[in-house]
Parts: sequence; structure tokens; C-alpha cells
Amino acid sequence: MLAKRIIPCLDVKDGRVVKGVKFLNLQDAGDPVEVAKKYEEEGADEVVFLDITASHEKRNIILDVVKRTAEMVFMPLTVGGGIRTIEDIRNLLASGADKISLNTAAVNNPDLISEGAKHFGEQCIVVAIDAKKVTSHKLPVTSEKQKTEGNVGAIRESPKKWEVYIHGGRTPTGMDVVEWAKKVEGLGAGEILLTSMDCDGTKNGYDLELTRAVSEAVNIPVIASGGAGTLEHLYEAFKKGKADAVLAASIFHYREFTIRQAKEYIAKKGIPVRM
Amino acid sequence: MGNLRSIQKALEFLDYRAEVTDDKNKINGASAVVLPGVGAFPRAMEELKKRDLVETVKDGVSSGKPFLGICLGMQILFEESDEFGSSQGLGIVQGKVKRFSDKLKIPHMGWNEIELIKRPDFMEDFPKKSFMYFVHSYYCEPKDKKIILTKTSYGKNFVSSICRDNLIACQFHPEKSQKLGLEFLNNFGRLI
Repeated sequence: MLAKRIIPCLDVKDGRVVKGVKFLNLQDAGDPVEVAKKYEEEGADEVVFLDITASHEKRNIILDVVKRTAEMVFMPLTVGGGIRTIEDIRNLLASGADKISLNTAAVNNPDLISEGAKHFGEQCIVVAIDAKKVTSHKLPVTSEKQKTEGNVGAIRESPKKWEVYIHGGRTPTGMDVVEWAKKVEGLGAGEILLTSMDCDGTKNGYDLELTRAVSEAVNIPVIASGGAGTLEHLYEAFKKGKADAVLAASIFHYREFTIRQAKEYIAKKGIPVRM
Repeated sequence: MGNLRSIQKALEFLDYRAEVTDDKNKINGASAVVLPGVGAFPRAMEELKKRDLVETVKDGVSSGKPFLGICLGMQILFEESDEFGSSQGLGIVQGKVKRFSDKLKIPHMGWNEIELIKRPDFMEDFPKKSFMYFVHSYYCEPKDKKIILTKTSYGKNFVSSICRDNLIACQFHPEKSQKLGLEFLNNFGRLI
């Protein structure tokens, strides 16, 4: 049986690991290769490097980090952050990344998804979606059912909606998350990394409704991200959120729990994991 | 094809000398050949033809030296695949490559269990069941069931590796499957 995956995520800036809560208060915490190796020993199923290097001239540092990781770590490595072109994708894969994750560039240039999938295979194109709950009437309600009921624009009875954000969560796009997820699947994305901006950094748990809505709407694996604070949260993402994998940073990073502990907890509750 | 660096690094980690090449002479002169691959079946065949390597691969298998096909490198050994209509493969192994049912999440991505169906010498000490990393949307259906080395369950049981004389091929990625994956690769390497 296919195991549910637990994926630690490292924010990498200028070749070093940092973790900021809600993208602030960054704190240097070591060499990404060493940290990835530690996670591998603990039984992590994959690892994600999110490159948050801002300056353009330092962007090649990540390639060196990926190369060194590929020499030491023998599990799938996904790299995201700042990838804009086919050439960027090629360089990362050639350095030893197994998958690359597109976010802003996928929204600005959806062809990058299909081109990437065509060149390198769908399995290595992950689309990262930053989702924020829509509480107002920003996204009009236009389902067929509501149209016939004359409820166009109604908010009271509207189902939950989420909006896609880009530029590290700073820019709203007006796009509906579930629709965008379906679209990227059609374009050839192999996986969706779904981050709830509302939950990220809160440690109050994943946005289960969001995770479930996307997971049920697409036929590709969905990784839930944002909000993990306890082991129960990881379990809920699988059980209620229907996620195929969970991404977490700080609970593992600050050693609140080890990945082994997380897996034991989840396995005990009947979710298939690789021990 | 695909992530060649991973497989090279894994072999080097195990102290084998591994070279990524499309040079016929080097392939012919190697003591073992690994045919990796991720991506699309027809494109992989095109690339092999373009580089005039179809016969080289066939010779590699028939030469009797250890030959390992990984993922798409397993699939293109077969006669044909459903991918993009129907595509012809190398035909080194009789059988077809089929797509998983649309009722399942595709690709089949992540860690799944392989179970040994037979135990050839090179897998002597390998656990009967172990987790390996998979990423694929198509699976192989060999005609000769005797060559099946492991099976794996995804919706139904499928063939996750085969072994026929010097030819070994696996759908999973041993180079991405941590300790046991490296052990599988090392078992292959020890055939040299």
C-alpha cells in the first residue's frame, strides 16, 4: 500500500537554512545538506528546499547546495523558489534535484508548467499554491445551482473559497484555488504543494477544508502545508484533509518532535506510513 | 534521460565508478550497464534512436553483463506502451506497458512496498518486504510471469521489478530509496 509521506521543508537563504515565522524573524540554523541528512536518518520520506535567496547574483548558490545534497542524501529532493525559466529547471534537475516547485512563475506563465512537463516529465513539476481564505464577496458565487436559485453573488450560503496569492503571499491574483489546482493538473503538474496562508506559522493545524477541497478536485498527489503544531495535526491532514503528504518545518526544525515520533503516532492511528 | 546524476551519485557512494555517457564504445566496454530514465516513453525511444543506441542497449543485454533498467529504463525494454496512443519499445522483454486506472491518483508517487516473488542469488539477504520510492503513471506487464522479481500493490498488484539472467529492471528508484535502495543497487553491483 502506498504510504503517506512526511516531508520536512527547509527555507534556504544564501545557502544556509533559515526558518521564519510568517516570513519574518529569519534565524540561521545550519547547513542544508547536514540537516537533510539528519532528516533522512530519522526517516523523512522526502525533503523540500525552499530557496528564499533574494539577490540575483547569489542564486547559483542553491545549485551547489543541491549538488552536495545529491552526493549525501538518497531520497527525493524538491527545490522551489525563484524558478522562472526552463533553463532554471534544467539546472536544478541537472544538479540533482528530483522535482522543482513553481509558484509565482506558474501563475504568470502557465506554459512553464506544460513546457517543463514536456521536457522533463510531469513527475518533476510540482506546483506550489499559496491559498488564502476568502471571507468577503471578493470571488463571486456563480455555481449553476446558485444561478438557478437566483443566488448569484450570495455570500451567506456560499461554499468556502480560497484565493491564489503569489510573490511569497504578498499579491492576490483573484484566482480561485480549486480552479487553479484543476488547471495546473491539466497543464501537466505532477503534484500540488498547497500552503494555507491563514494557517502558516500559527501552529493551530492545517486548513483541512482547503486541503480536502483541492485533494478531492484533482487526481494528482496533494501535499498539505502550513499550520502544523502537533502530531495530531499531521494525522488530521491525512484523515480529514485527504492529503497524500504533509509538509512541516518548525515542529521538526526546532526538535519539538522527530519525524520518527510523528510516524509512530500516525501509524498507531491506522494511517499507512513507511517506518 | 531524466535524473542521471542521482543514480551516478548513488553508485559512487557505494564505491563503484559510474559514468554518464551516450558513447557506444564506453557502454560496450563497461562491466555493467544501467539504463535509467524518467519522463515520457516515446521521447525516450526517440532519444535512443537519435543517438543510435538501440542496438547498443540490445547488445548490452545480450552480452551477459549485468544490466539494470530503472523506471522508464525498465519500461522501454518492453514491446510497447500505451503512452500517447501506442509506442514501440525495444522489445527485449515480451509484454506491454499500461497506464494505471484513472480511479487512482496518478502518478503513483511515493513510498510503496515491494514483495519478493522469487529469490535469485543476488537478492539472497534482501528483506521479503521493503519500501521503495516510486514515481510513475505506467506499469509493465511481462508475458513471462517467471521473470517477476517483486510485486507491489497500487489499486491492484503490479510488477515492480523483473529479473531474467543478467537483466534486472525495476519500476522503483533504488537511488532514491535510502538504505534499502542502496542495498538493492549494491546487490546489482556485486554481480560485476
